[in-house]
This record gives sequence, structure tokens and C-alpha cells, in this order.
Amino acid sequence: MLPELFFYYNATVITVLSALVVTRSNPVHSIMLMLVMFFHIAALYLFLNAEFLAAIQIIVYAGAILVLFLFVVLLLNLKKELVTQIFIVRWPLGLVAMAGLLVLMFAGIKSFTLGPTGDFTIEKIAGETHTAAIGTVLFTEYIVPFEVASLVLLIAIIGAIVLAKKQIKT
Amino acid sequence: MTGFLETMFSPGSADMILTIGTIVVKIAILIGIVLLHVAYAPYFERKVIGHMQVRMGPMRVGPHGLLQPIADGLKLFFKEDIIPAQADKSIFYISPVICLFTAMSTLAVIPIFGGFVIANINIGILFVLAMSSLGAYGIVMSGWSSNSKYAFLGGLRSSAQVISYEIAMGLSLVGVIIMSGSLNLTDIVAAQEAYPLKSFIIPQIIGFFVFCVAAMAETNRTPFDLPEAESELVAGYFTEYSGMRFALFFLAEYIGMLLMCAIAAICFLGGWNGPFEVPYIPFFWLLVKVYAFMFIYYWVRATVPRYRYDQLMSLGWKLMIPLALFNVVLTGTIKMLR
Repeated sequence: MLPELFFYYNATVITVLSALVVTRSNPVHSIMLMLVMFFHIAALYLFLNAEFLAAIQIIVYAGAILVLFLFVVLLLNLKKELVTQIFIVRWPLGLVAMAGLLVLMFAGIKSFTLGPTGDFTIEKIAGETHTAAIGTVLFTEYIVPFEVASLVLLIAIIGAIVLAKKQIKT
Repeated sequence: MTGFLETMFSPGSADMILTIGTIVVKIAILIGIVLLHVAYAPYFERKVIGHMQVRMGPMRVGPHGLLQPIADGLKLFFKEDIIPAQADKSIFYISPVICLFTAMSTLAVIPIFGGFVIANINIGILFVLAMSSLGAYGIVMSGWSSNSKYAFLGGLRSSAQVISYEIAMGLSLVGVIIMSGSLNLTDIVAAQEAYPLKSFIIPQIIGFFVFCVAAMAETNRTPFDLPEAESELVAGYFTEYSGMRFALFFLAEYIGMLLMCAIAAICFLGGWNGPFEVPYIPFFWLLVKVYAFMFIYYWVRATVPRYRYDQLMSLGWKLMIPLALFNVVLTGTIKMLR
């Protein structure tokens, strides 16, 4: 009973907050609401006994990415946006498209099947801690994708530096 | 989590009510001690700096100025609460609360002595880092919502500084995590018992140095107090705050300092383990280490002039982060070879 209640509370709040984030006219308010939403997503991870992911969700998304958003928003000049009531004139069209997408998703849910049960039961994760479990799997079974991802990120970092660098004197 | 919730609310679980009761009592004790500390930490600071500058420090209220914190508290409590007319009200109200919330919730994972910790979670260090990264929101939002150029610039400066030094701080703790093989703060203290001086101070000296510098930058203390550079920015991000709202920032800042001292003592100096056992006071050595560290904070404030902004940034990115990364590689290599 209670776990379900906890899940539905989180799901409802996440949905409502997501809707609020995209409808606020002040982007700073949107970011604050998004921060609260990230907390609820972290709570869902905790609910799944994934404590490491919950912490990373807060550190990476709330602590790094959203702060970056905030910086960009603060550097914008928000005079026109604050008084504009409707940003998009053809919003009914968007609503129709959204409804279509929703129908499609509900149709798709029917063919959704649960995957095979993995090795990691709640007891096993509680025994060796979630951080150790995720680390072991990441650095043995999924080492190649992990390294590829880190290379891609490295390339992105170098690219950002190259783009931001002033003209090199020749 | 699921199992925890089920056991917590299963009918007739007197044990659980007892557990929750213990937690509540622990929270009350900890908050009481911390608030008392926050009241007297500025007094301690003023006295230390006063004597370093050959002055007396506060002397008027009570013997040796001992009642000064109470007088200051009362003054702040009865001051008029001014909100700028053009401020973004909701965010103006909530930002000091964010600052205080992040500082106070970190207290939950700090072990005071073996067995006394409100939440003994496996991701203790990550929780500390997550909460300290959220503190930047309170700072930048208070600066923005005040609708004042001083507060805004102070907020931007401060958040850039906090975000930069957070990386160095996180990386300096990685060495400790590698050596102890755990993210749990209680386990980290236990792992240090096998090392000389019952602490990581010798093997992790580079990490400790980086952590000390980053801790000062994180809490916006001299020589890194650019966000509050009074000659250029009045008071930085909380320029427009007054009365109790200002007091909340003040509280958050001093709790943040206490936390940094506590984490330094737990992760690098061996926590509550000391050269000998002190009977009946299991937290004696932690207290000694925390206040020694805090004294260094004040000492640095009385000695070192403020950095320039570009110096601060290049120190953080070009010296502290590479140094911390070097420490991670070194610690990892030694751990692998042994």
C-alpha cells in the first residue's frame, strides 16, 4: 500500500511540475520548479534501492546542468518574455499533436513486457552496496561502452574549448 | 527503501516507533548544539581576530563580551524586514531557506562519534557533495531576486566560485574514498585506525591541502571572500536582506563552516579517534579537531589579503584541480601496487 502511495505521489508531482516548468513565463521560476522535480526523480531512484543513482541525479543534474541553465537564463535580458502572455500563437495545433502522441504511447504500452530478472536482487545490492554493484558491472561487463562514452565526452570538452578560444596568433 | 517503508508502517511495530523517537531526539540534540555553536562562533572569531590585531574584541556586553551573541541575535530578531519593491517576492523569500536547508540537511550524515549519526547512509560523502552543490542555488537566486546590481554581481561571482572549487573539493575527497574503499563517513573513520596517527593526514597530505583551500573558497571566507568584497559589492548577494532573513544567511554560512571543519576532521584527521581515549566524552577529539580547524580559518582571515577574481579562478582551475587529479592518480597507483 505505502510503496504504491509513495510512487503515485512522486509520479503525480513529477508530471505536474513538468507541466509547470514549460508553462511559466519567467524562465527563472521554471528552473526552480525543475529543481524540485529533480528531487522527486531522485526519490524514485531511492525507491528502487538505487542510492548511488539518486545522489548522482542530484549532483549532476541539479548541481551542474541546471546551474548552467540558470547562468544562461540570468545572462539573458528578460524584459519582453516577462510580459508576453502566449509565446506560440498556434498552440491548439500543438495540443492536437500532443494528444496524438499520447494515444500512440498508450497503444504502445500494451506490447510492453518485463525483461528477464537480473542477478541483482534487493538483498544482493543491500549486501555489497549499490555503489559497489554498479561499479563492478560498469568496469567489467560494460567497460567498452563506458570508455567510448568517456571518449565522446572528452571530444565534446575539447570542442568546447576550441570554439571558446580566442583567435590564436600565428 | 521499499522494505524500509513496509517495516516502518507495519502495524504494531513498537521498535520502529522507538527508532523514530531516537532519531528525533538525535536531531534535537544536534540542532541545539549547532545553534549554540553558531551563536558563539562569531564571538570566537571576533575575539581571535581582535587579539591577532592587538585589540580586545567584544568586551561591553557581559563579562569579556560573553553575552554579545545574545544581544546580536535579539537585534537581528527585532530588526525591520525590508523587501525591495522590485524584488521577485517568492524567490526572495525562498533563497535564504535553500541556503539553510542545504547546510542543515548535511548535518544528518555527519557522525559525531561511533554510533551517533542521524542517517548512517552508504553514500555519505556523495550526499555532502550533492547538498553543497545545491547551496549555490540559494546564493545565485538571492542575488538575482533582489533586483540590485550589487547583489546580482555578488551572486554571480559567488556561484562561479562555489562551482569551480566544488570540483577540486570533490576530487580531493576521492583519494580518501580510494583509501578507505567506502563512501560511508563512519566506515571512513574506521578505515583510518590502521594508519599512522590514526588518520589519513600523512598519505593524503596533498588531498588535505586541496581540501583546506577548497573549503575556504566554498564557504566564501577570506582570502576567497570576493562575493562579499565590501569595498566593491557592499555585502554581495545578501545586500538587500535584513532582519531575520539576513540572519538565515548568516546561520547557513556558519553552519557551512562547521560542516567543512567536521568533514576535514572526519575524512583526513581521523574523526573521533585520538592519541588516547577520553572517558565519558567520546566526541572529545572530534571537537578538538573541528575547533583547531576553525581556528585556522580565523587565523587565515586575519593574515591573508583578498585574492583578485582572475587569480582566484586560475588558482582553482590551473592549480587545485590538477593537484587533486594528481593525488587521485597517485593514491590509485599505490593502492593497486600494494
